[in-house]
Amino acid sequence: MHTSIKNRSAHHQDITEQFPVKQIIDGEGNLVEDTYRNEITVENTRKFYRQMLCMRTFDQKAINLQRQGRIGTYPGFKGQEAAQVGSAMALREDDWMFPTYRDHAASITFGGSYAILSSWKGRVEGNRPPEGRNIVPPSVPIATQLPLATGAAMASKYRQSSQAVIAYFGDGATSEGDFHEGMNFASVFRAPVVFFNQNNRYAISVPVWKQMNSETIAQKALAYGMPGARVDGNDVFAVYHETLKALERARSGDGPTLIEAVTWRYGAHTTADDPTKYRDNEEENKKHILNDPLSRLEAFMKAEGYWDVQWAEDIKKEIKAEIDEAVKEMETMPEPDVNDIYDHMFDSATWPIEEQKKAYMEYLKGGSEK
Amino acid sequence: MTTVKTNSMTPVQAINDGLRTMLHEREEMVVLGEDVGINGGVFRATDGLQESFGEDRVFDTPLSESGIIGTSIGMAMNGMLPVAEIQFFGFVYPAYEQVMTHATRMRYRSMGAFTVPMVIRAPYGAGVRAPEIHSDSMEALFTHMPGIKVVCPSNAYDAKGLLISAIEDPDPVLFLEPLKLYRAYKDEVPEGKYEVEIGKGELLREGEDVTLIAWGAMVPVIKKAAQLAEEKGIGCDVIDLRTLSPIDKDIISESVQKTNRCVIVHEAQTTGGLGNDIISIINDTSFLYLKSPIERVTGADVHVPFWALEEHFLPTPERTMHAIQKVMDF
Ligand SMILES: Cc1ncc(C[n+]2csc(CCOP(=O)(O)OP(=O)(O)O)c2C)c(N)n1
Repeated sequence: MHTSIKNRSAHHQDITEQFPVKQIIDGEGNLVEDTYRNEITVENTRKFYRQMLCMRTFDQKAINLQRQGRIGTYPGFKGQEAAQVGSAMALREDDWMFPTYRDHAASITFGGSYAILSSWKGRVEGNRPPEGRNIVPPSVPIATQLPLATGAAMASKYRQSSQAVIAYFGDGATSEGDFHEGMNFASVFRAPVVFFNQNNRYAISVPVWKQMNSETIAQKALAYGMPGARVDGNDVFAVYHETLKALERARSGDGPTLIEAVTWRYGAHTTADDPTKYRDNEEENKKHILNDPLSRLEAFMKAEGYWDVQWAEDIKKEIKAEIDEAVKEMETMPEPDVNDIYDHMFDSATWPIEEQKKAYMEYLKGGSEK
Repeated sequence: MTTVKTNSMTPVQAINDGLRTMLHEREEMVVLGEDVGINGGVFRATDGLQESFGEDRVFDTPLSESGIIGTSIGMAMNGMLPVAEIQFFGFVYPAYEQVMTHATRMRYRSMGAFTVPMVIRAPYGAGVRAPEIHSDSMEALFTHMPGIKVVCPSNAYDAKGLLISAIEDPDPVLFLEPLKLYRAYKDEVPEGKYEVEIGKGELLREGEDVTLIAWGAMVPVIKKAAQLAEEKGIGCDVIDLRTLSPIDKDIISESVQKTNRCVIVHEAQTTGGLGNDIISIINDTSFLYLKSPIERVTGADVHVPFWALEEHFLPTPERTMHAIQKVMDF
């Protein structure tokens, strides 16, 4: 039954020429494209580096917390820092973000809050966005957020607001009907939305070349009559500038864009998954470490004279303190409130919920019956 | 009489064994879904099957529930026997249209010229601290559908036997696998092929005073509740429904006509839940035997909460005992 093969036909070659992987800084940290030279200042570079390091530290902390039983199953994103941080940095404060379960670096960068961590401790409170930030609770079902993002963008256009929308999704998500439906609506209605794909090569155990027979994800934009771009997802500058461009297009009324950020997730799908079953993790990780988003930026900064040992030490300490504080906040939250189960179903509770809540609270009070 | 060899297995191992047995038996059978191949399924239900039967018979699909079920329907119509996995029951919604509009009505629409002998397997239910949506118990969406059978085993023996029956069934069957029980305990499971009849419940324990009815992960809950009741001198009939559509109405009415009282326990939400159909069956068959209104212990009409509060959603033996006391005291 299985026919998918890593074939490289002439057709595929045309496509990769049509959708080249855009880079600003290559794997070794060399500047390979100087359009944005003036914007790559020491301040900007440090800002990106700090945020990526912060997110990597956060991710590692979350994995440790899971191993210690202090949170539940957790999906790591190590390797995807540039894709998430770079794209989130391009947003304007009043824009909309539709993340998935893996996009904490994007939502923390955009919202400046670590509250999301508590959702992995089974707390619904983790899903509430920081005041004034349109960060939608992460989508757990694959691809279902994409039509929503399109809808939010259609509303923005209808209301003549200049808010743009960004929606995150993985390579696996491109197989779902919702991906196609969201893209098509966005295109037909010229909705100001950026479809931001992180192609990390795996949907749990299924490699992207068994997920689809098209060579790139970016090319899927063609079918919907929208621009598609392929960027090096480990190059934070390429991600940032490509996303910024797409957001500007959106704001100026030119409609949606599909961005494929080609990246790599070092770790397991989640802490409950064992990647050694389906990929030679160590070998493949070794290959990808050459392209690591942090080490390439570090190399670039060193070559430019942007790197300062004291600064590097300082931010490490600051980051550690910041994340320790976030964990403390999660762990000192008040006990979850049973009322929360009932109180957010409707604006005002319908009679079954009212009755059920009352009966359960009485039962809880019953104590001895319990 | 020849003795059948048995092995001690968890429910998930029994499911694997059932799939293996039937892949040997029926060469037109295929197993498909997300991560069912080399990964052996995220719960290992299909572990080792691709290795034994090859990529033609056990294969990973793209990430698309509608695609998995839609193509399975087409395969089933054209001579194959697909057993499709939905990775978690909560992710079945994209496939709902295919099940509702095609799988369940192909036989009717074509007056039997085309049929859809397929099985949809899915890990199901709450109580394992899974992330959002992974814990939904939406069986009633499917028992409300005409044209599809729904089964839900609570132990390893039934899991294998019912799965084999589901695969042999000439119509579509939804096979729900209670997540909480996957590795909860072991049973003796016969080697080779055997069937547990679809449409038949099982009386697990006998008592004179109250009938307790549940399925899946709620079966251990009512078993425990029956123990608590016994400590208070209340005897319970304990029924594992096993098939949710069509329901075994005889086992229910026989029991209720004996005990005259009934408590139904399910983790799904109350409104539109299957408990209501069971009450209707009792109304139809046994109304004049009742000594008290029937009690339900169910999830409230809210979403399965994020897991920090999950215990307040799920029925427990204690809440069941509370309901038993209520029907006794009426
Ligand atoms: C509709 C749906 N089906 C199945 C799943 C189970 N599942 C969770 S993540 C995942 C793989 C997703 O892969 P991809 O879209 O590439 O994103 P990644 O996890 O790699 O970031 C699957 C199959 C789900 N969450 N939703």
